[in-house]
Amino acid sequence: MKKLTFLVAVLSLIVVACGGGEAADTTVPAPETTAAPETTTPATTAAPETTTAETTTPGEGAGADECAVENLPLKTPGQLTVATGEPAFEPWVVDDDPANGQGFESAVVYAMAEKMGFSRDQVVWTRTGFDEAIAPGPKDFDVNVQQYSITEERDEVVDFSAPYYVTQQALVAYSESEIVNATSLQDLKQYALGAQIGTTSLDYIEEVIQPDTPPAVFDTNVDAKSALDAGQIDAIVFDLPTAYYIVAVEMPEANIVGALPASEEQADKFGMLMENDSPLKPCVDRALEELRAEGTLDALAEEWLTQEADIPVLSQ
Amino acid sequence: MTWPSAPSAFKHRRDPETGSRRRAREEGARGALIAFISTVVFFGAALWAILTSEAWPQVQRQFFNPQAFVESWPAVLSGFWLDVRMFLGAEVLILVFALLVAMARSLRGPAFFPIRTLAVVFIDFVRGIPLILLILILGFGVPALDLAGMPRSPMFWGIAALVISYSAYTAEVYRAGIDSVPESQRMSARSLGLTQMQTLRYVLIPQAVRNVIPALLNGFVSLQKDVSLIFVLGVREGVREAQIFTARTFNYTSYIVAAILFLIVSIPVARFTDWYTERDRRRRQAISA
Repeated sequence: MKKLTFLVAVLSLIVVACGGGEAADTTVPAPETTAAPETTTPATTAAPETTTAETTTPGEGAGADECAVENLPLKTPGQLTVATGEPAFEPWVVDDDPANGQGFESAVVYAMAEKMGFSRDQVVWTRTGFDEAIAPGPKDFDVNVQQYSITEERDEVVDFSAPYYVTQQALVAYSESEIVNATSLQDLKQYALGAQIGTTSLDYIEEVIQPDTPPAVFDTNVDAKSALDAGQIDAIVFDLPTAYYIVAVEMPEANIVGALPASEEQADKFGMLMENDSPLKPCVDRALEELRAEGTLDALAEEWLTQEADIPVLSQ
Repeated sequence: MTWPSAPSAFKHRRDPETGSRRRAREEGARGALIAFISTVVFFGAALWAILTSEAWPQVQRQFFNPQAFVESWPAVLSGFWLDVRMFLGAEVLILVFALLVAMARSLRGPAFFPIRTLAVVFIDFVRGIPLILLILILGFGVPALDLAGMPRSPMFWGIAALVISYSAYTAEVYRAGIDSVPESQRMSARSLGLTQMQTLRYVLIPQAVRNVIPALLNGFVSLQKDVSLIFVLGVREGVREAQIFTARTFNYTSYIVAAILFLIVSIPVARFTDWYTERDRRRRQAISA
């Protein structure tokens, strides 16, 4: 009897938790309205007009004042808290030290912070794991930068900035492997491929290449390389800048077999991650947009990422 | 991985007096009612606290999303089926291998010193290494040696690591069982002319195994979950499939799917262990009475 009542109670708990999705979904916009007063209070003291502008268009057209450092809804007032991976990998961050301003992502963050009106010292770095960054609840960073690919599904639970880099995928294998002779995606089907979890590279293998055996999935690119060394997989798919870095520095005996063809929608767009409905997004977007328009993003990519044009692109 | 070997069995109390049986039944009914009300109130309050919290809609969307549940189910299920096959196969190997190690450790006499030492060194060494490291070292390290004829499969080496690690623990469970058999049994068997091996095989081990079956089942439940650690080698078992879904969609519902699947398998084993322990205890009482 006791066991039965307990079971009934537990089952009803699960049912209530899983079901009633629609009833709860309607309450989702609630945080938005509760978050709004916070951002408007400082603005009203500065300029009354901006409050009306903000309530009507939360997504775009951020006014000059509300993006001023003192008005930004920051985690810690007066500083931009930026999260990256633990550890952070080259060529995105050099020597696992994002504060040195070297590496593409570190450089982009400092350029963006400058545009937003922060001094170098006001940029404070922190580290998060992948799950930590995407779990629901308040975040302890303003933006999180670690090659997050923007997708629609992800955008439902977090906010992404405008893309700061757009890339494609590339296939890396040891020169003695026969997979280096492949010229089309069709040729790749018979091989054992691997990729890092949560990457566009993995999605690309599963959705576009569709190999005969499902790809092996690793926690990090380091583990994927171990499996390649152990002969357990024939090739790894990376994003192109990572592929260049890996064959240049970490695996000199390996080659880029080729870049993988992708349509406009399939292109891998990296965005900075913010908590859902982040009031910071319009200001971050505006700064990145300015950097893109004036060519700074391209210049930084030129500086930190190898972008040779002479690798073959595999045919569809 | 702690294996408490003491089986927890509780006895149902019954009123021996026939005259007060009805009263006892009424009290039982009242007790059930109180239990029911208190259960509903307790879980109701907990549920209310969760569902009315400000962040609940977001948590529900990311953890208890019916659509994501349906989407992730097929992949997680097929990965979990691989888990089931792996832990069943590994358990058989562990039970056999661990018994051999325990027997080696239980041999008496100076002549068997090297074998005993080997068993002790194996157990100490393997129990001291975190399982995840053993999996990584064997899974990535051995195939990288490029030895002829050596299998490369990550699944092979992952299961090998599990079997080695669990055998060390299970050997100690067996040994505890062997030690729990009264010394007089060993001496009687020896005085009847049985050799050491025969004493182990026909007298000690049958009694020892019976004593430690609950502990062995406990280890089996532990193995059911640890088998998923093989995912670090790139094997797409249940937990890894759930992670792939989460990493792609930022939705954790697939973890709930995986948790439910593991529970479906482990709860019956836990219930069986309790049932078996209770039955065994009753039988022994019957014998001694």
